[in-house]
This record gives sequence, C-alpha cells and structure tokens, in this order.
Amino acid sequence: MITKKINCTVNGRQVSIEVDIRASLLDVLRDSLHLTGVKKGCAVGECGACTVLINGEPYDSCIYLAVWADGQVINTIEGECKEGRLSKVQQAFVDEGAVQCGFCTPGLIMSTTAMLQSGKKFTREEIKAELSGHMCRCTGYQNIIKAAQKALED
Amino acid sequence: MQSVGKSVRRVDAVAKVRGMADYVDDIFVKDMLQAKVFRSTIANGRVKKLDVSRARALPGVVVVVTYEDVPKHTFPTAGHPYSKDPKHQDVADRRLLTDRVRYYGDEIAAVVAVDELTAVKALRLIDVEYEQYEPILTAEAALIDGAVEIHEGTKNIIARSEYQLGDWEEALAQADEIFEDEFSTSTVQPCALENHGAYAYMDASGRVVVCTSTQIPHICRRVVGQALGIPWGRVRVIKPCVGGGFGSKQDVVVEPLVAFLTTVVGGRPVKLVLTREETFIASRVRHAIHFKFKTGVKKDGAIVARQLEAVSLNGGYASHGHAIVDNSGEKYRHLYDQLAIKFAATTVYTNMPAAGAMRGYGIPQVMFALDCHMEDIARALRLDPLDFRLKNLNKTGYTDPILGITVRSNGLPECIAKGRRLIRWDEKKAARRQQSGPKRRGLGMACFCYTAGTYPLNLEIAGARIVMNQDGSVQLQVGAVEMGQGSDTVFSQMAAETLGIPVDMVHLISEQDTEITPFDTGAYASRQTYISGMAVKKAAAEIKDKVLRHCGLMTGISPQSLDIADAWVVDHKGARVMPLAEVALDGYYNLACAAPFTADVTNSATTNPLSYGCTFAEVEVDLATGKVKVLEIYNVHDSGKIINPQLADGQVHGGVSMGLGYALYEQMIFDPATGEPLNNNLLDYKLMTAADTPEIGPAFVETDEPTAPYGNKSMGEPPVMSPAPAVRNAILDATGVKFNQLPMNPHRLFERFKAEGLI
Amino acid sequence: MYDIVNYEEAGTVQEAIRLLQANPRARLIAGGSDLLVKIYKGKITDAELVSLRGIIALKDISIEGDGTVRIGACATFSRIAGHPLIRKHVPVLAEAVSRVGGPQIRNIGTIGGNICNGVTSSDSAPTLFALNALLRLEGADGTRVGPIQDFYLGPGKVDLRQAEVLTEILLTKENYQGFGGHYIKFAMREAMDIATLSCAAVCKIVGQNVIADFRLALGVAAPTPMRCLRAEEIARGRVFSEELLLETGRTAVTEVNPRTSWRATREYRLQLVEELSKRAFKQAFVKAGGVLL
Repeated sequence: MITKKINCTVNGRQVSIEVDIRASLLDVLRDSLHLTGVKKGCAVGECGACTVLINGEPYDSCIYLAVWADGQVINTIEGECKEGRLSKVQQAFVDEGAVQCGFCTPGLIMSTTAMLQSGKKFTREEIKAELSGHMCRCTGYQNIIKAAQKALED
Repeated sequence: MQSVGKSVRRVDAVAKVRGMADYVDDIFVKDMLQAKVFRSTIANGRVKKLDVSRARALPGVVVVVTYEDVPKHTFPTAGHPYSKDPKHQDVADRRLLTDRVRYYGDEIAAVVAVDELTAVKALRLIDVEYEQYEPILTAEAALIDGAVEIHEGTKNIIARSEYQLGDWEEALAQADEIFEDEFSTSTVQPCALENHGAYAYMDASGRVVVCTSTQIPHICRRVVGQALGIPWGRVRVIKPCVGGGFGSKQDVVVEPLVAFLTTVVGGRPVKLVLTREETFIASRVRHAIHFKFKTGVKKDGAIVARQLEAVSLNGGYASHGHAIVDNSGEKYRHLYDQLAIKFAATTVYTNMPAAGAMRGYGIPQVMFALDCHMEDIARALRLDPLDFRLKNLNKTGYTDPILGITVRSNGLPECIAKGRRLIRWDEKKAARRQQSGPKRRGLGMACFCYTAGTYPLNLEIAGARIVMNQDGSVQLQVGAVEMGQGSDTVFSQMAAETLGIPVDMVHLISEQDTEITPFDTGAYASRQTYISGMAVKKAAAEIKDKVLRHCGLMTGISPQSLDIADAWVVDHKGARVMPLAEVALDGYYNLACAAPFTADVTNSATTNPLSYGCTFAEVEVDLATGKVKVLEIYNVHDSGKIINPQLADGQVHGGVSMGLGYALYEQMIFDPATGEPLNNNLLDYKLMTAADTPEIGPAFVETDEPTAPYGNKSMGEPPVMSPAPAVRNAILDATGVKFNQLPMNPHRLFERFKAEGLI
Repeated sequence: MYDIVNYEEAGTVQEAIRLLQANPRARLIAGGSDLLVKIYKGKITDAELVSLRGIIALKDISIEGDGTVRIGACATFSRIAGHPLIRKHVPVLAEAVSRVGGPQIRNIGTIGGNICNGVTSSDSAPTLFALNALLRLEGADGTRVGPIQDFYLGPGKVDLRQAEVLTEILLTKENYQGFGGHYIKFAMREAMDIATLSCAAVCKIVGQNVIADFRLALGVAAPTPMRCLRAEEIARGRVFSEELLLETGRTAVTEVNPRTSWRATREYRLQLVEELSKRAFKQAFVKAGGVLL
C-alpha cells in the first residue's frame, strides 16, 4: 500500500494524515475521518451526494483523489452547525421542507452554502443552474430551491 | 385539531441537515468485510464452467462462494405479508446464487474480501464459460410455443387472471361507437439516492443480524429465514435511516446473500452495498405493461362496455409478480363506470431485470393508458374531455362488487374543477385556436384513483407501542417505516393529537429492530398513514385512557369527565386539573398502585378507502427538435384530510417529478440482441436535474374519510399516477399527434412529427 | 478506492515529460473526471498516474501583445467561464464550457483533459474548432504548435504522443476579434449530460447584415468534431436572411455522416444538424451586431 502524507484543514481543524494514493477524498473523509455525512450515491461524479467544499467551491469528492487535498481547505456538512446552532442554509432547509429521505441533503447544503458565501445574487434560474449537479428523487427540487432562495435573501 | 393538519417540522430534519442521520453504509462495525457479486454477462443461459481459484488466491480475499455452496431451495423476495394459504403465497423462484442465468447481471458467485477494491479485483479473476440461449426480451418471444423456459415448468408465465362484471354482449350492443386502442409503458427504475445495501453478522448466540436499507424490516426477517432455511426467530433485522425506496426496497434484495455470507465466514460482519450500476439492474424495476382497450360508448358520452387486456413484463424473477397488473385491473375498474366490464391479464418472465414494486404499483401504467384512451374517445366524439370523464366517474357510495370496498369520500369532481381553475383551462383554450409556429402549446389533464393498503387482498395489520415517561413525554414505536416520505413526523403528530400533548413531547424511535419494534408489514401501498396511523391512534387512546383513570384515582374525579389538552389534564369545562407530568410521575412511583403507562396495540384494517386526484399540464412543444417543455403543472389531490400540508406538498413535488420523468425522460434501454443493459447509470438514464424540473403546483381538496384515523387517505404514491397521461394529452392538444408509448422523448416525437408531416 | 498502483506529481512540464518517458505505462491526470471514471469502470487497470495539478503555469490564462489569448491546458472550465479575458474576447468559449456537466464537474474538469479525451461530444471542441484554435504540445522531441483540427484522429484518439504534454490552447486575434459566437449543446437534460448534437457558430459581419466571415463547427455529427466548410463557404459575402439560414442548414447536412446508435438515430442527428446550425448561426449573427429584419 503506497501512501502519501497530506496536510489540510477539514471543518476548521488541521488534519495531518497518511492517505492511500488509491483513495478518493470521499473514501478518506468517510472511512478515515468518520465524516459519514458525505454520501456515496454513484461514485462517478453524476449525483452530487458526495459534494464537499474545497476552498469554498463545490466538488464531487468521489472523483477527487485524496492526495489532491494536500494544502486545501475542506468543508463538509459536519462543520456547518456551529456550537449547536444550525447554519442559515441548514435552517432554511429545515423550515422550507427541503428534506425528505435526506441522502442528497448534505451535498445540496454544501453547494447552497458556497452560493451564500460567494456574496453574489442569484435569480431562481441561476439557483437551479448552481444546484444542477445534484440529483434528488424525493423532492422534485421544489422546496430545495425555496430553501436556497430563503437562505440567500438578506 | 392541534397537531394534525399543521405543517409541523419534520422530526428528523435536523439530524439530516447536520449529516447525523446514519444510513447503512455510515455505520461503523469493527472487522467489517466487503462483499461483491460476480454477475453474468449474458441474459439467458447456464454456467458451464466456473473457475474461482485465481480469485480465491488473491491476497485479501477471505472466501469466494458460488452457486454450488448455497442451499438448493428457492425463496420468494416480494414485500408481501406471508400468507398461510399456499395458493396465495409469493412465487419462490430465487436461489441465493445461481448457475441458471436469467438476466444480464444475474448472481453467480460472491467474493468476500478485506476491502472493496480487493473484492472488485477478485471478480476480475473469476473465469466463466456459459451455455447461451437466445435472450427473451419481449412478451411475444416469451410466449412463443416452445420458447426456452426461463423458469422450468412455467412456460414463462407467472400468472394469468381475469374478471368480468355485467352482461358483456348486451352492454356492447348498446354502444353507438366502439373504440379500440393499445398503449405501452416503459421499464424505469426507482433511483432512490441511497443504493441498496446491507451488512450482516452473527451474534454470540449464533443468531443472524442484518442491518439493511429496507421498507419492510419484518418481512425481510421472514425472507432471510426462508432463504437460509432457519427459524425466523433466529434472524434479527435492523433498519437504520433509509435514503429513499420508492418500492425498490419493498423487496428483499441483498439481505439473504449477506446473511448467508456471514455464516460462511464464522459470523464476521459482511457488507454488500450495490453500486449505482448494480442498483439499476439488480434491485427492481417498474413493470412495463402493454394495454389493449375496447370501449363501447353512447354518443352522449356514457360508457356502456369496457374491456382491458394487459401483458406485464416481469423480468427474470417473480418478485411481486402478477400483483402489479392485477392492481392495474382493479383501479381500471374503480375509476369509471359502465354496464359491463372485462379484464384479462398475463404476467410473463423475460430475461431482464426483475420488475417489482415501484411507486404506484401498476397504476401509473394503467392510468397512462386509460386516461389517454379516454381523451381520445372524448375527442373522437367531440365531447369536452373533462365533462366526458366527469360523466363516467364512479361516485361516492360506489361499492366494488369484487373487493367489497365502498367509497365514502370522493372529491374528484372538485379536484378537476380546481385544477381547471388553477391552470386557467378555459381562458387558455379559448385563446388558442389555430397554431402554426415552430413551437406549439397545449393543455392536457388526466385523473386517477387509488386505495390505502391492500385490504381485502392481503393481511393488513400494523403495530404501535407507546411508553409514557415520568414527565408526560412519550416514546412511540411503530413498525411502519420512514424512508423520506415523512411517516415518522405524521405519526408523531397523530400521537400528539390524540394524547393532547405538543408534538415535541412525542419521541418516535426511528431506527427499527425486529427484536423490539412492533410488527408491521412496512412502507408500501400508501398504507401507513391509514393503517399504521390507526394503530398509533389506538395506542394513544389507550395511554390517554390509562392516564385519565389514574388521574381519577388521584383526584376522585370521574375519568369520563376528564381530558388532556396541551399536556394538562383538564375537566369537562376545559379547566386545568393537574399537569400531565404529575399524573405520569405518580404512575411510576405511587407506592400503592404504580403502573407506568404503556400501550402495545395492533390495528387490523377491514376497510379501504379510495383516494383521487388529477393532473393538469400545459406544454410547449419544439416541433423541430421534439423537445417538450412543461410550462405549468398542477396536481390536485383528494387524500382526505391532510395531516401535514408541507409534507403533503413534498410528496406531490416528488411524485410529479417522477411522473414527468416517466412521461418524458426515463427508460431503461437494453441491447435488443443480447439483453445487455446499455444505460444503467445516472448519465445515460435521464433522471431529471433541478434545471429540467418545472415549477410544480400541488393543491388539495380535503374530504373527510370516516374510516380513517384522522380523515386521511393515501398520499404517498398518488402524485405519480396522472402526470404522464396529462402531459401526453397536452402534447396531443398542442400538435394533434397521439403518443401511445412511454417515454415521449424527443427521439420519438421527432419520428412521429416527421411521419405526420409536421416537420 | 481506485485501481492505482503508482502516482507521481510533476512540478514542471519538463518533469512530467521525464516521468512519462521513464514509464511507458504512465498516464497524465489533470482534473481526473474522465480518467478516474475509466479506472472505476475497469477500462484501465493498475493505473500509473502522473499528475499535472501542481504545475501552476498550466492553469494560467493570459493575453499576448499581439492579442493571442493563451489558455493553460489545466485551466478548469469554471476558471475559463469566469475569466475576464475570456468573457471579453471570446465569450462564446465561456458559454460553451459553462455547459459541461454541472458546477462540481466544471470546478475540476480542465480544457486540456477535455481535448485530450478525444471524444466528439467534447463541449469545448466545436468552439475551439470554429476559432481555429492552436495547440501547443511539449514533449521529449521538443515543442510543436498545430491547429486543433489536426489533433483529433478518430473517436477517442488524439495526436498526443507518449511523453508529450498539451500545455496551451492559443486563440489568435484574427480568429476571434469582431466575431459574435453562439454554442448550442443539445442534450436530453439541461445539465449533467453529454451532447446529442452540439454546434458552435461564429460570424463576423459588415454593415448591418452582410456576412464577412462564418465558421460552423459540430460535435457528435461525426467521429470527431468537425467544421462544415461548404456551409461556411456559401455564407461568406451573403446578406443574412431566412433563405441563407435554410441553405446553411441544408448544406451542413450534406457534410455530415452520423451513425445510428442506441443514443440517437442517424435521421434524428441529421435533423438536429440542420436545425441547430440555423439556430446557432442566427444567434451568432445577432451577437455579432447583426440586425434581423
């Protein structure tokens, strides 16, 4: 087993870890760091369930090699609730009925969080485009878009 | 009502948005081994030679198991309650592993290894030789005299059924016109975001424990017992959080194999999680059904005679089998009236993925066919399509002579009127006479009816257990399964309602364990709010009764004149007597008569109400490319009283989205020569993204169903039943072209538009 | 976990070339969204990777004094779509790469990887073909620069030699300045999809409606991306009109030879070639400042 040492920040904490060169970031987050909020839905970057933020931008962690995480700032769903308080995006998802089975939820919250953190304004169509890399079978995306709109409003 | 009828926040929303909800693959178990299945690369045939020696020798491989190592007996997999009547039992045609290959992807061997990649690499080291037969990919091919039997002795037929009511010849003679037409629906896949997966281990006493993503924990336990040939009491099934099911998990898919594998490795935990590609073909798909109608109508629009013949494609294994098309025949009968009706259906085996339950269970299929047929008849007779349907609907009071169920609430006419208003049907129809541009707009609608549960065809029981804590809050356990539809929340509301306490004093234990969770057959047939809900109500009523009796002992006040409101015991005038917590505490610690308040009940259903609804859709068709844009779509539902409006909206959003996918985007494609699946992945199988989905407008007409715990009827499956025919009828309105086949994708539209000279 | 047996990171292009020379089995990886999926599917086993991700210069986007726009091969689709130089000088390319997959894929996928994957459905290729893009390749035998049209050899095959690295895409001023362009990606879904047929049109006008130059490139109409040279020829010098559009569409159809596959029939692809060529041309004309009558 060939490993490489990476140093990165995960949810605000410094992490120094030997990763298998074969591992995806998804593998390392879930299996080594026990951040199981990041989900595997397809393993090929189609469904978005594994979406995490890397330097503030959304990536499919299933097709992102763990070795690439060296020097990066990574945020997963587990880091969003701070001191027991849900983030604005998390609260919006709760309030707007945007959660059903919950499997796609963490990824969508991360992409929505990236939108919020960007400081930009998004029309409804632009929100749909920004969230178009996520698949959901339960909600028809309706309340997810409502939640994103709510989180993005001032 | 205090809780029921309110948009109470989901009880599991916070856990889910925090990433704290644990699904099967999230649960860490020490020493977990990983399993992978070796699957056939032919659709029909037999394994002639199998060499697993190289796989066994790969470092990290613990064991390789083949069809030679598994029990010879077969077992059923369908999520139906067990029937003591052998004639009513599910077809048991599965072995854990097989050498007789019946679909591309069939399960021949399994590798257990220390990690997933090692298991995958081991699969590549397995050598196989097949004796190939011609793949059977159509009903015609399955039914040819002398066709290779996919299951011995069946002639490729799982079952046939028929019914007839009224005098057919006499009724038909009264028709002014007779319409005959055919429709076909497609093979689609539920695509729950969480792939099928389970792990199993043996506990210290040798019992097999299976943790699985399932809609049916108790049925799963029974089937694992049957598959392994061990007493059912030696199997324990745990259900963690479930990431969607839509029927594909109303079946026992991976559990028997992992259960078997753990017994092979001395009880060490073994996990098997299907890849997305495997979930597409090795879990369950929706039955593709071919429908043939013959309908006799008088020129005033009264239907006198209706006939339906249906052929349902079941794939390589029976799973739910003939029940789907039988269900089609049932709702075909329930929706509209006539003097005489005939139905005949056949379900056939083919060399394709096993078809099983999928949201709607035969009804999205038959409603597509039926309400397109109705539309065509109305247009041919130059009758208003809405009036034509309204004229022939079965009304409140209708009793189905075959099942004996009676309609006590029917809001469909109001639903149709509401949908018509919402989409501004009349205004738009009037404005749109002749169109000639490259894009055409059209309006269409369709309706449906559905039941809540499977009474009287199957056992319908549900258990609920409530334990009250010293502070008046309660734990609620149900055997009904939360898979995203919101049942945990709705039951919490129901318990709160009947108990007279706020919803946040109800703690529903979501994770289920067949050791301790009350018996319930599970999440299917949109049965839970109606049937399990009644169990919750009964349990809550029993707790309340015990509380009031105990309070009576404490105070001397007659329990009959007491009630609970807002966690206070109140008198007949509504004045507060004492906090509920005080009674509860005393129930625990009274030296003379302590007896903590608990209730453990079973509800057995002997009624089955019909719920109704319709879809109104407006489309814009790009003639040159065949692309259809849905401009507006409304679903209007009569599901009785709505327990949680926000959750009900959510069910409509998801169901309509699934219905639009069914109508326009989705189909599983197989190589016509080999039966190889071509698009079993999320790129080539066109699940809609947010960018594809229009705004969806849910609306409700609330009737009050007297047989229901809170006036409610089925809500989970209904939303997917009428979007496809509504969109087809809208395309017809826009272009004059009838599409009798799903999906109505750009390729098909292009071909027809070209053939009809529109482009 | 991916079936990877060796992974090396190159710090410079020269180092990457050395690593490729030293190991004939080694493959370059940039964004990985194509390569990792191939490994996952078992199309590549025991993969040996040389990563270009650490070479900062390859991500650069700049403009030369002579107006040549230089796009580093490892520039991601997101970077290209949002880059002020691209949006100013070649907005049609920004449009085109914005249609790749979804946001997550655009954050990881690179234009170099997209080109070297060699598929006819590449979202960047038709536009680059229409702009007469040049590719700079550096290898063991030195540097070469050539037109992108010559780089595509067949389905999934490009003229990338072993121990060679695609380093830059060059867009020369005479090929973009004054042009209006439009890219249509026609797919079954609005996101997360591969084109059923794609079409890039760029045109330059004189006055209000005379076509000075016109380029039409198609994806998925042939085994490789291609230009419709005959359709371009008949448009040059003409006054823009519905008639011209119809002719363009019909001519483009004569230049393609698509096949029937389970994804689409030949007839449907021909229909799309005709229809989308017209639509793209019309939009390109308007963006070039043309006035529709």
